[in-house]
Amino acid sequence: MTATTAITVAPGKARPSRRAGQRFDWGQPVVYLVALAVAAIAVGPVLYVFISGFRTNPDFFTDPAGMPNPWTTDNYARVLGDPTFWRQVLASTVTALGTTIGVMLLGVMAAFVIARYEFKGRGLLYALFTTGLLFPLTISILPLTVLLRQLDLFGTWWGLIIPQVAFALPTTIIILVPFLRAIPGELEEAALIDGASRIGFFWRIVLPLSMPGLMTVGVLAFVGSWNAYLLPLFVLQAGGAASEDYTLPLGVQFYSTAYGQDTTGVLAYTALAMLPAILFFTLAEKRIVGGLQGAVKG
Amino acid sequence: MTALDTAGPAVTAGPAPTRSTKRSARRRARTWGEIALLAGPAVLVYLFFVLLPVLLAAYYSFFNWNGLGPLDQFIGFDNYTRLLADPVFHRSVFNNFFIVVMSLLIQGPLAILIALLMNRRLRFRGLLRALIFVPYVLSEVTAGLAWQILLQSVPPTRWGPVDTLLRTLGIEDPPSWLADPDVVMWTMFGILTWKYLGLAIILMLAGLASVPDELHEAAALDGAGWWQTQWHITVPLLGPTIRIWAFLSIIGALQLFDMIWIVTGGGPLNASSTMAVYMVGNGLNVSQIGFGSAVAVVLFLISLIVALVYQRFALRRDLAGALTGGVR
Repeated sequence: MTATTAITVAPGKARPSRRAGQRFDWGQPVVYLVALAVAAIAVGPVLYVFISGFRTNPDFFTDPAGMPNPWTTDNYARVLGDPTFWRQVLASTVTALGTTIGVMLLGVMAAFVIARYEFKGRGLLYALFTTGLLFPLTISILPLTVLLRQLDLFGTWWGLIIPQVAFALPTTIIILVPFLRAIPGELEEAALIDGASRIGFFWRIVLPLSMPGLMTVGVLAFVGSWNAYLLPLFVLQAGGAASEDYTLPLGVQFYSTAYGQDTTGVLAYTALAMLPAILFFTLAEKRIVGGLQGAVKG
Repeated sequence: MTALDTAGPAVTAGPAPTRSTKRSARRRARTWGEIALLAGPAVLVYLFFVLLPVLLAAYYSFFNWNGLGPLDQFIGFDNYTRLLADPVFHRSVFNNFFIVVMSLLIQGPLAILIALLMNRRLRFRGLLRALIFVPYVLSEVTAGLAWQILLQSVPPTRWGPVDTLLRTLGIEDPPSWLADPDVVMWTMFGILTWKYLGLAIILMLAGLASVPDELHEAAALDGAGWWQTQWHITVPLLGPTIRIWAFLSIIGALQLFDMIWIVTGGGPLNASSTMAVYMVGNGLNVSQIGFGSAVAVVLFLISLIVALVYQRFALRRDLAGALTGGVR
């Protein structure tokens, strides 16, 4: 279907002779139609979840595809009045912030060394980190669990934060190294002549100048942590943490398993868990996309 | 992937070499100190939590071990032979590659087409992009739970939201999306396409932004139609973006876990199991760390081989200089 519409789109506007007439561009409505259809399919299920959260269960089961009748805020009020929900919001926030800060700090320090120090083994150091792209969390989750248990990090938020920092380092360093290398050498000379140490140069000049790169890296780490499921599943759930200490994704799933009969309640819980991601990450779209491009650019 | 190969030249802006060797020795010691101070923490955390577990997985895979008791039952390659003989694992590998191939064949061209159409001055373009991006930013858990509820049906008495909608549209007997072993992987592919097509479109649009307009105008002057221009000029220039997307997509499909685990748990009858689901099922539920580690090693080897083959394939196409056809 789309192939045929694409052919009809051909605009003749680049031909100067046509300019006077400026025919109506039939491509435009077709494009809007396609774009709207794609957007509707993308957002439809999400809207459905939000709206159905306003329904009662009997109403939902009478006509699952209908609109709320009557509208009720009970489900949302119940979730928002549940201290467990807020504890889980806190857990997600703390672990995501911890991961983000850790990754930015460790990442920029290591990337600074790789980008601006001349020493034997520098290439090796870079290769060491980039090799990490070949070892995603999925592969090492079982032994990692064993390690964390031996370190007494099992079932704790640190048990999430530290491995997440470690696994985010490869992408982070790949994105940051070009940023740090692009800072002109003259700046460094000037700083050194002014009596700054190399560390001082790093702190006063490199950090502020690499902010765009750091933001990208930070957003990616935050998104990754906020949405993470596999690691919390092992570290928190299998690690025996209380369900109040679960991160949101784990908490939502736990709620849906425990209260599966309360479908509209689950929908409300799910909707509220979706909300922060939609608000923050949609705004950060450019950084996420830029980061993903940078991560594998070659 | 070539980013992996080289660190590139460092910027040397350090002070000029000094006359006194004693001082330069001190300076060198100081430099090494700085390197250790700055790179040390990252290296330690990385070695300990990323690389060590991989080595441990390889080691554990030769043991029969539940993860708690003493690690003393060395069984050689038994875990591997058991794994490679298990039809459920075969099914899992097949399912991973089903998603890889279907994504490349359907998601890629679809995303390119939509991006080409949207690559023009549009009113509300920012809003449209944001809406299209929404499924990607959701966690797999919330998205998965939503789809589980949307698709749940207990025919003939209780129909879920999607089926109710289909029935009002005249499709009286919709397929059992999640309960029919022959249908479930198609359903999962549909959900994954919903989740990741937006990212693909946005990536392609970002790639298209770097294709200069003059090329289109030149082609149009030469009498090329819109479709010809896109096919012969824009799509080849989109090559790098397509390769990035394809790489992300392939690796993601091989590691596929969250969505399946949430929506079907690998069922019914293991029909939607993937390698990672199979591994977690054995490692988490049955506490077979040794056997699960063997699965992890095989999963790693398969990913590595695919990545190497892909790199070769992409490189060859680059050398041929004719990147048309998108991802085939």
